[in-house]
Amino acid sequence: MAEKYDKKTIERLLEGTLKWEELKPIIAGKKDPKRFDMIMEILQEKVPWEEKILFPLHEHLYIVSKNNQRIVKCDCGYEFGDYRENWKIKCRIRVRDNAESIHELYPEYMGCDPDWEEIREFYCPGCLTLLDVETVPPGYPVIFNFLPDIDTFYESWLGRSPPDK
Amino acid sequence: MKNKSIGWDGKSLKDMLIESEQLIDATGKYYGTELLSLKEENPFRYERAYASLRGALVSARETALHIAASPIVKEIGELCFALYTPEGDSLVVSTGILVHVHTMSEAIKFMVNENYEEDPGINPGDIFLNNDPECGNVHTTDVQTLIPIFYDDELIGWAGGVTHQVDTGGITPGHDLVAAIQRFDDGVYYTCRKIGSNDKIWKDHMINARRSVRTPLYWELDEKCRLAGDLMIRDAVLEFIKEEGITYYKKFIREAIEEGRRILQKRVIERLIPGRYRAAAFFDLPLKEEAWQPRAKVNKITNEPLEIFVKEDGTLDLDFEGCSAPGPNPMNCGKGAMEGGQWVLLTQVLIYGDKVNDGAYFGVKKNYPLGSWCNPGDPYLSYQSPWGNLIPAYTGMMKCISYGLFSRGYREEVVPGYGFTGDAIQGGGIYSSGPLKGERWALSTFEISGQGLGASAVKDGLDWGYAMWNPESDLGDVETWELFQGGVPYLARKVKPNTAGHGKYRGGANYAGVAMVANSEDVDFFGARDGLAFHGAGGMHGGFPHATGYRLIAKNTNLKELIDNQKEYPIGDDDPSNGDFERLLEADITRKPWSSIYPVMLENYDLVYFPMSGGPGYGDPLERDLESVKEDLDEGIYTQDIIYNVYGVVANYSEEQEEWIIEREATQRRREEIRNERKAKSMSFEEFWNYEKNKLTERKLSDHVKLMYSESITLSQKWRKLFIDFWKLPEDFSMEVD
Repeated sequence: MAEKYDKKTIERLLEGTLKWEELKPIIAGKKDPKRFDMIMEILQEKVPWEEKILFPLHEHLYIVSKNNQRIVKCDCGYEFGDYRENWKIKCRIRVRDNAESIHELYPEYMGCDPDWEEIREFYCPGCLTLLDVETVPPGYPVIFNFLPDIDTFYESWLGRSPPDK
Repeated sequence: MKNKSIGWDGKSLKDMLIESEQLIDATGKYYGTELLSLKEENPFRYERAYASLRGALVSARETALHIAASPIVKEIGELCFALYTPEGDSLVVSTGILVHVHTMSEAIKFMVNENYEEDPGINPGDIFLNNDPECGNVHTTDVQTLIPIFYDDELIGWAGGVTHQVDTGGITPGHDLVAAIQRFDDGVYYTCRKIGSNDKIWKDHMINARRSVRTPLYWELDEKCRLAGDLMIRDAVLEFIKEEGITYYKKFIREAIEEGRRILQKRVIERLIPGRYRAAAFFDLPLKEEAWQPRAKVNKITNEPLEIFVKEDGTLDLDFEGCSAPGPNPMNCGKGAMEGGQWVLLTQVLIYGDKVNDGAYFGVKKNYPLGSWCNPGDPYLSYQSPWGNLIPAYTGMMKCISYGLFSRGYREEVVPGYGFTGDAIQGGGIYSSGPLKGERWALSTFEISGQGLGASAVKDGLDWGYAMWNPESDLGDVETWELFQGGVPYLARKVKPNTAGHGKYRGGANYAGVAMVANSEDVDFFGARDGLAFHGAGGMHGGFPHATGYRLIAKNTNLKELIDNQKEYPIGDDDPSNGDFERLLEADITRKPWSSIYPVMLENYDLVYFPMSGGPGYGDPLERDLESVKEDLDEGIYTQDIIYNVYGVVANYSEEQEEWIIEREATQRRREEIRNERKAKSMSFEEFWNYEKNKLTERKLSDHVKLMYSESITLSQKWRKLFIDFWKLPEDFSMEVD
């Protein structure tokens, strides 16, 4: 039997406020098949804007429907554009490629050597939240983390049309 | 003279394997099994049958390790057993170091493909030994014993057991030899060798084996342990057939594996999202200064990109296109090891449960490009420590799967990666005094089983408690390690500040130890882990990777004098820039910013400091709640300066209250200041693109980074296109390496 959790429990799960005694059975138990719908409902209530969420992409980013387009939007309201393009190329980017800036984050001997790797921090241009960190050799192409197949997910896996169709 | 075929219905084993492969290619189902008819017709009998075999394997493992086993096996259970089909597909597994379940499968398939049935022959009571990574193993230190199981004249399966050895007689003592650069340095090789008959290990084999390794007693104990377990499994299978009948058994093994495949598909559809996932991991191997051998003096950073497609039918495609080339180093990785690593992680993040078998292997299509580090296709390379590349590479799979788990809403299952199970201290020596004078000791601590795990999307990562290759990781009792590596008693183990990856939820933290050389001579010490580059694919959604490692060795110390006078000695290196070693010790102190080092000779009272690995973080560190930051400070997980710089938290220690006090208003101001810094010190993508491209075109890259790009764009057209398209480089672009 799949487990069922009430909305309050899942809200607290998202907030990270469940105690270990509450969280462990959720990790160990069978998964609740309605989790996706419940999360979507909670997230839609939480965001300060009106567009319909099609897909939760990230802690702060959602694929939403706007003017018949599917775009990536931050919970602060900043819009990154078409979800099929890497949202990271719309970010503000800080590159830590010298010892001084790396040692702000890691003590000496405990971070990367800038001759070997650099740290790239991707910020939302709207709220300056740190959305992603890449630790890659200098000159590495920006990584496109995840491109979901939204139509197959809804139509084939959930057995219904995506909310924008 | 041709032997009588031992396959089913007069077929050879090779014919059976070809048929099996053709059926799965044609139908997508294991052995073309459309219906799980045994399960559907009588589910209770089917489940009881599976449970009885599973119980027999778990029991065989538990019993075998208590019959005869080296301390490394007995103490932390570095062994596992599995039951295979005649073609070599695992059906049921024991508990333990499950990374080897699929490696043994590859070894059986090697024997089938090489037609062992004809020569040297596969007979009831035969015993085969394998530790060759190029045909189905991780590294030579993992030793497999495989026995055929016959019923009447037919081979109905194989029992296999694997243990991890302290030493296999390689170029230096130990079990992950940094100094090995070719096959001939890896230690003794048994390439699917017959070593016994009539259930007895041949005497000439054992004489040879004892003389081939530095720890002959442990080798012999573990040979007996593996054979004992295999024989128990064979007895259990024959008992099963007595109970259920051979017809049932033959059908059951096909359906159980097909069920395993369907479980993976079902779990993928239940938990993930169809689509394309990408990650990139790296590992540094700075051997230019370290290596003894001229051709091994190369600095390398290994490119380990991964692309995963989660397909509509719930199967997975894993593609390692773009991986760097192999090299004269021990981190080359055979296909079998890649399969083993992938399989063991899938058992932890998706298909955990009692029906774990090679069905999951058949649900995943993979591409390990021939000629890259993950499928070199050259048996003469060294495969002594493929973990160096394999461990970071598979953080990419964990991270990709975590993106899917997150979006599906199962945020408690998110784990973007794990710490590097680097061999903090390795080597060996000879006792120079005491009752064991003249005996060799080998250093192979499995404290490495306790690394930091990555944070999830709802909580911090597990501290000092995870190893990717063993779902039941256990670092064992330090007292036991000290017993059999008596030449290096520990002076201290202490939480190492700032090892945990930063984030809203921090990664697991770890500790560091101080070991002293004692009562010994001819002591070698070496080790391997990340140092100049972060291992793995890093944190997730704004989380940072955990700290890199480094080496600290103190030679020619005055420790004896300090001990004799009961003076303070260093028990940690909390602040490497202002170290206690320098403050408390008179010695020649070496700190290397890298961790993979060739053996150095040590004398009594020399000290080695070894920091273990943390785990990557999740989310923006500025969102970490203040109570958690206070706990981090109180427990020594982070230091005050790092908390200020990364988490934007202002805190002061109260001597009176003996705890850290968070200054809330100052913290609010500091966090605002960091947000402003983010704006001031960042650039637009266009600026970033020009800035980075300039590094490529103006030749501002170091040699090892140029070598990495050169190898990746030469070995893979797909990755070359991705690289050239992103930077808008000319079609004939090449990366010259000086």
